[in-house]
Parts: sequence; C-alpha cells; structure tokens
Amino acid sequence: MALPRSGAHEMTMFEAILLTVATAATPLLIAALGELVVERSGVLNLGVEGMMLMGAVTGFAVAQYTGSAWLGMFAAILAGAGFSLLFGFLTLTLITNQVATGLALTLLGLGASAMIGESFVGLPGVRMDSLHIQGLTDMPYVGRVLFGQDPIFYISILLTIGVAWFLFRTRAGLTLRAVGDNHTSAHALGVPVVRIRYLAVIFGGACAGLAGAQLSLVYVPQWVENMTSGRGWIALALVVFASWRPWRILAGAYLFGAVTIGQLHAQALGIGVPSQFMSSLPYLATIIVLVLISRNKRLTLMNTPTSLGKPFVPDR
Amino acid sequence: MKKLMMALTIAASFAVAGPAYAADKLKVGFIYIGPPGDFGWTYQHDQGRKELEKALGDKVETTFLENVPEGADAERSIERLARAGNKLIFTTSFGYMDATIKVAQKFPDVKFEHATGYKTAENVAVYNSRFYEGRYIQGVIAAKMSKAGVAGYIGSFPIPEVVQGINSFMLGAQSVNPAFKVKVIWANSWFDPAKEADAAKALIDQGVDIITQHTDSTAPMQVAAERKIKAFGQASDMIKFGPETQLTSIVDNWGPYYIERAKAVLDGTWKSHNVFEGMKEGLVVMAPYTNMPDDVKKLAEETQAKITSGELKPFTGPIKKQDGSEWLKAGETADDKTILSMNFYVAGVDDKLPK
Repeated sequence: MALPRSGAHEMTMFEAILLTVATAATPLLIAALGELVVERSGVLNLGVEGMMLMGAVTGFAVAQYTGSAWLGMFAAILAGAGFSLLFGFLTLTLITNQVATGLALTLLGLGASAMIGESFVGLPGVRMDSLHIQGLTDMPYVGRVLFGQDPIFYISILLTIGVAWFLFRTRAGLTLRAVGDNHTSAHALGVPVVRIRYLAVIFGGACAGLAGAQLSLVYVPQWVENMTSGRGWIALALVVFASWRPWRILAGAYLFGAVTIGQLHAQALGIGVPSQFMSSLPYLATIIVLVLISRNKRLTLMNTPTSLGKPFVPDR
Repeated sequence: MKKLMMALTIAASFAVAGPAYAADKLKVGFIYIGPPGDFGWTYQHDQGRKELEKALGDKVETTFLENVPEGADAERSIERLARAGNKLIFTTSFGYMDATIKVAQKFPDVKFEHATGYKTAENVAVYNSRFYEGRYIQGVIAAKMSKAGVAGYIGSFPIPEVVQGINSFMLGAQSVNPAFKVKVIWANSWFDPAKEADAAKALIDQGVDIITQHTDSTAPMQVAAERKIKAFGQASDMIKFGPETQLTSIVDNWGPYYIERAKAVLDGTWKSHNVFEGMKEGLVVMAPYTNMPDDVKKLAEETQAKITSGELKPFTGPIKKQDGSEWLKAGETADDKTILSMNFYVAGVDDKLPK
C-alpha cells in the first residue's frame, strides 16, 4: 500500500491516521475548553460557532496581508475575544437573555465573517508550518505525531493542562467556580462576580478565535463562508457531555475525531455499511461514551455550574 | 451590498436582501444550498445570477437566499421568495425538488425552475446539466495519470446526479485501463471543507494517487496539493488551490440558461420543460487541461470533442452493473430517464452504494 512520504522515514498508516485525528480534534478541544471556563463561571455562551468564524476569517485575513500565520493566529485570538466582549456587554452589563444573545452572536458571526471574508474567497491561504526538530521529528513511528505537528496542536494540549490546573488547583479557579455555582453567595462574600464573568467570557472568546484560526490556517488553509460547518455546536455539546471536566473534553474531542476519521477509512475500504450511518457514528459514539463516564449522578451534579445561564444583578 | 439576517431556524438559514423595490422589474429569486463563497457549486450559480443581472440590467432584479437546508426549511424559504414578489425562482439543489413542487402549487402565477431534479409541473421547469460528460473525460485522464491504478472519489450524497458521475468516471477510466479502481467516500454533506479534507487524507493514506470530488469546497484540492498528488476540481476552476495539482475541472456554466429563461418570462414565452444539457450546449465547460503530459492532454481533448459532437456517449454498452448483470448491450445507449434516476454502480466501482 502506498503511503505518503515525509522526512527520512515513510509514515505508517497508523501515524497518518493519528495526525489526521489530531487535526480534526484540535479545534473542538480548544473551543470546548474556552466554553468550559465560561460555563464554569455560570455564563452560557451559545455563540461559539460565530466566534470561531470571526477567528477563522480574521486569522486568514491577517495571515494573507502580513504573510505570517503566527500574526494571523494572534489576530484571530483578539478577534474572538473582542467579539465575545460584545456578548459580555449585552448579557453581563445589560442583563439580556444569555441563550438568545448567544444565538444572535452565532448569526452575527456567520453574517459578519461572510461579509469581511467576501474578498478572500477563492484565495489559497497561508499555511502554518508544522514543527520540525532535527532528529526527533524523523524518529520512526512516534516522531511526526509527537514532534512534527502544527503549533496550535501543542497549544491545545498545554491549554488542557492549564485549564485543568487553573480550575481545580488555584484559588482563582476556585473563585471562578464559586461564581458559577452560586453568584449570590459569591457576591455576598465580596467576589466581583461580573468582573470574573467578563474575564471568563473573554477567555472563551479567545479560545474560540484560536479554534477558528486552526481551521483557516492549519486544517484547510482557505476562507470560505461558514467553514466551521457546525464545529462550534459540537464543542458546546462536548462541554455538557464531558460534565464540565477538562480532561473529559480532551477525551471527547479525540474520540469524536477518531471516529470521524475512522469511518472515512472504513468507507474507503468499502466495508459496505451505509455511509449515512457511518457519518452519524462520531456523534453517537461520543455521546454514548461521555454519558457512560458521567453516569455518576452525584458527581455530575457536583460538576454542573448551578448558576449556569442565570442572570446576575448585583443588589448594591 | 447589504447583508441582513432574516431568518433564525434550528438549522439556521440565512438570507441576503437584494436591492430596493421597483415594481416594473422582473424579480428573480434564487435558493442556494451553500454560501455563494463556496467557490464551488453555489459560487457558479451565483456567477450565473450575476451574468443575468449584467445581461438584462434594469429589467431584472435578483435576490438570493443562501445556506438553505434541504427539507422543511427549503419550503419556507422558497415560499418567502414567492411572497416577496419574485416571479421567477430558481431552486438550485436536488433536495429542493418536493418543496419546489409544493410551493409552486400555492403560487400558480410564479414560474419555478428546479435544478437537477425530475419533477415538473405547469409552472415548474427542470434544468439539469450533463456533468457526467466531464466526469468521463476525468476518468480517461485519471487512468492515464495514476500510477497506483486507483482514484479516490469524494461523494456528497448517493443521489442520481452523483452516481452518474462516479459511473461515468469509472467508464472513462476503464476505456483506458480496464482494471482501474475507484474508492468512494461519502461525506454526507455538500459543503464541509474540513470533512472533505479529512476524506481526501483518508483516501490518500489508503493509496489512491488521484482525487476527484463531488462536494463543493476546494479543500480536497488543497490536501492533494499538500500531499503532492493530482486532483480534479469541481464546479469551478480551482487551479489557484492547486497550481501544480489540478488536472482539469468541470465548470458549471449556468449564466446563459438563466438569461434565456428570464427573457422568456419577460416575453411571456416561458413554458415548463425538462432540459438536460451538457457540453454541446455549453452548460458543462472543462477548465484547461494542466499538469499532464501532451499525449494525455491530446487524448482528453479528443474525448471532449467526441462528446461535444455527440459521437461519444458515456453510457453506451456494453456495460455491466456492479453485480455482474448486464445493463446495456453493445451499442445500446442509456436513455435520459435511466440516467436521471441512476441508482446503481457499474462494474469496477469499489464501494457499496448506500440506499
């Protein structure tokens, strides 16, 4: 069987699949981690898809003008954060309904990104270079997977570690969770509820922007309208099914990626299972597995931010 | 340009408002399955819409609704265009068929044109393009260019339009190399760049060295370029995404048809019909043959000339179905009805057709 050549050794099929899975899982992981922090602070932002699109178009545009994928990536993070600030202002300062505002943010992101991106359609983009460390990347079997991926992949792993550590090992993380669990008590204790939520929302936006940049700079280096094709919604679902735990989100994102890629390979092998069923398999498998690992009701309840989606109006 | 979001549905469908009213103009509406910026299927329909505006100027005013899902949303969207005073409505995806017929019954004075379907009515015409003619040429090129003897085919949905393409591609390839193989992956989506890219990667990892697609984004072309193999574009000329990769591309050329039909409404000569046009009529255009040796290019051009003149019809026997049974006897040509409802593979396709 012919395999793609790369570097000093031939990649095995296993490596090739692993790399493809990582690329497919990374945007889901990053966007879901961001939303996890937002929801842990008690805010439900359904605008992930819209923020991802803003990140994708901004990342593409800046990379196109400057020729630097890195600058594109940073711009995408800023764009996502800036866009989420709009959501923050509406829901936290003006106390609008979070669900409706989040949906509106998605719609606005879709429309606005299409408008901004109109002149970029049909242009090949700037691809973010993958890591290459002499000696390490060329190692057989594990080299490309461990030391030869794109920078955003490594960021996503660091981000998982960082978010898990922050939420469960730091005082600030504890405060953030307290705000999400009971904003009235937190407020009574003198915790600046609204300010913390603003920061969480901005972090979520930045992550969604980065996830969008991964799409337009790594996954498919181009800009097309609605290029996220629902990945923001999958990220949102992952947060819930992973019962608001960072490592479970990682597991869920990779499981989703693995089944997605696995079913494509199964199709190419011609195993004769209806493709419609195969296409729904990633969703089914991810939901089933995450529901199973979250079946402890008490633990799940403990992890669910009690104030999720509830508006907070400080009573002076 | 003003883009306004007008609809919020579960699947989120979006609308773009056209320019302001003018009563004496013919209002022409379009329903798109994807965004005009897909640089594929919808992009080409939108190019056709723009050509129509350019050609008829003040006499027409066009509006389009983009990203309209096939299903319940389609009916609502088509009806909205009809209520907004559009007198000619083009619904540009196979899955809008039943919705178009339904809305047409409610608006007898509005003319509807449904692309790639087969149901007509007094006020519903059907127009379709023989894309498969271009697929045949692609098959010929693929069999000449592939060293592995296997091509990867990314399909959207197992509908006749796509199955025609796979079969025609296969037959073209077999005319050069009878042992040629085609591996098929169904994306179950018309437009999901990332998924299309994944499908292309999976096919390449399994050993194909030519990629062709019947989905709408340029992502597979980019993956092929990155992996340094050859590929065919879809719906529009995608050479920019693979300057050293694209062999050719089937380019959908809808403009002339849209102009003709709008003129017919303006003259009052519009009649329902069911047209199925291809290379001869100029609906199917091939992008320049690139990245191939001269002899392959010559063969491709000869094949194209034969198809255009009608000398070569891709679905001409002897052809066996995948299960080995005979479909067409030697010299027998498939009629349009069979072609338009094709739901089986010809021998040699390495896939089981999803039902």
